[in-house]
Amino acid sequence: MSKKIYLDNASTTPVEKEVLKEMIPYFSEKFGNPSSIHGLGQEAKVAIDKSRKKIANFLGCDSEEVIFTGSATEANNIFIRGVLGSFENPHVITSAIEHDAVLKTVKKSGVDYTVLKVDEDGFVNPEDLKKKIKKETVLVSVMYANNEIGTIEPIKRIGEMIEKENEGRDRKILFHTDAAQAAGYLSCNVDELGVDGLTLSGHKIYGPKGVGVLYKGSSVNMRPIIYGGGQEEGLRSGTYNTPLIVGMAKAVELIKEKNKKEKTEELRDYLIREVLKIKDASLNGPKKSRLPNNTNFSFQGAEGESLVMILDQEGISTSTGSACSSKTLEPSHVLKAIGLKDLQAHSSLRVSLGRKTTKKDLDKFLAVLKEAVERLRKISGR
Amino acid sequence: MKKPYSEKAMEHFLNPKNMGEIDDADGIGEVGNPKCGDLMTIYIKVKDGTIEDMRFKTLGCAAAIATSDMICEMAKGKKIEEALKITFQDLVDELGSLPAPKVHCADLAQRGLKAAVKSYESKK
Repeated sequence: MSKKIYLDNASTTPVEKEVLKEMIPYFSEKFGNPSSIHGLGQEAKVAIDKSRKKIANFLGCDSEEVIFTGSATEANNIFIRGVLGSFENPHVITSAIEHDAVLKTVKKSGVDYTVLKVDEDGFVNPEDLKKKIKKETVLVSVMYANNEIGTIEPIKRIGEMIEKENEGRDRKILFHTDAAQAAGYLSCNVDELGVDGLTLSGHKIYGPKGVGVLYKGSSVNMRPIIYGGGQEEGLRSGTYNTPLIVGMAKAVELIKEKNKKEKTEELRDYLIREVLKIKDASLNGPKKSRLPNNTNFSFQGAEGESLVMILDQEGISTSTGSACSSKTLEPSHVLKAIGLKDLQAHSSLRVSLGRKTTKKDLDKFLAVLKEAVERLRKISGR
Repeated sequence: MKKPYSEKAMEHFLNPKNMGEIDDADGIGEVGNPKCGDLMTIYIKVKDGTIEDMRFKTLGCAAAIATSDMICEMAKGKKIEEALKITFQDLVDELGSLPAPKVHCADLAQRGLKAAVKSYESKK
């Protein structure tokens, strides 16, 4: 088979060489427990402190506000459940297109919640959000950028609105954003964004899997959801995973140098233009304020998973918003939230670009895609 | 470990031999629901109680397409009563393997044939 073309970078990314190089000594050589007082332990502790500082620089916060976690999912859980658990009778607001790591966490929290509708491009309207605020509201969680359709939410505007609302409120509202998809391309300065909590993921930014970061503003009070040795100010007990933490920090440090925003945007726009030349193809998600590496299409008469499988036969990795492989067989909640009919949602294909993506890759993809859509339409007769 | 889709299932998905319509079909069965994303139409041509020809049009995942093609292959040349005895397990067995959540697709193919027979009998 010819060279593999990886167009599923929103799912995960490969560990960058420089990242791996930084990680390797911390597996077998510098393996000490950072909580130990001997030399080996302290050597690991220094590495973690340095990593924390790198992340703090990226976020524009203090090192003490950086919590290392086992994943972005875990970071979201620690913040949301931690905050909700420290209030009597709390109310929380989130959006309809959140990742399940936020949406399910909110819904299962057992507290009063509001799921905010989004418009047909997936945008949250800060004014609509404002109307949902109650006396009991303690938390708002809106993702920075959507993983399926790339919508970049107006986090800064929401942050400003909440800050204004908080003037004169007894119960201050905390604002959290899941920036797992956004971090590779957008500024994550927490002061500029006006957030009290922010989530990062390692493996979406060419770092390792199994590590995430939670920014928690110093004034935020919360309860731990994991108990144990008291690491990370007691909010994330569990022995420090030094190699993964070091890798996470290196990945964050490399973002600026490695992620070419403009070039990726150009490739994305080229891809969108070319795909929309296919008859009865449509773009899901916005044209503007969209993640540079995200595209998502629907093809009438061709089912998404079948498309993914035909593309895969040709060595091209993509993904589908269709959840037909999951047990529920329900289409994606994100595509439904932006108003797609069931069949349109099932015929969706997400193509997400990465550092290595070239125009040549996209041309090959386009050729295979056209053929695949045609073939599936013949089979479906639609 | 077994692959989620057997090679045989992949072959029936990638190169189905029985897709299309039968212009003068004796029975047409339409099944499926948009919510799970699979829509299937089965066409049959019947002569002396035997399914002479059978074709399908399916909008759906690989498993739905492969099982559509397989049921056509298995039912063709059989007496209607015999063809109706094909169970969804027969289809899955014949295809080799399907991912577990996809087994309902084989059920859909079987229901498609039933619906086509029903439409044929109602016309008699």
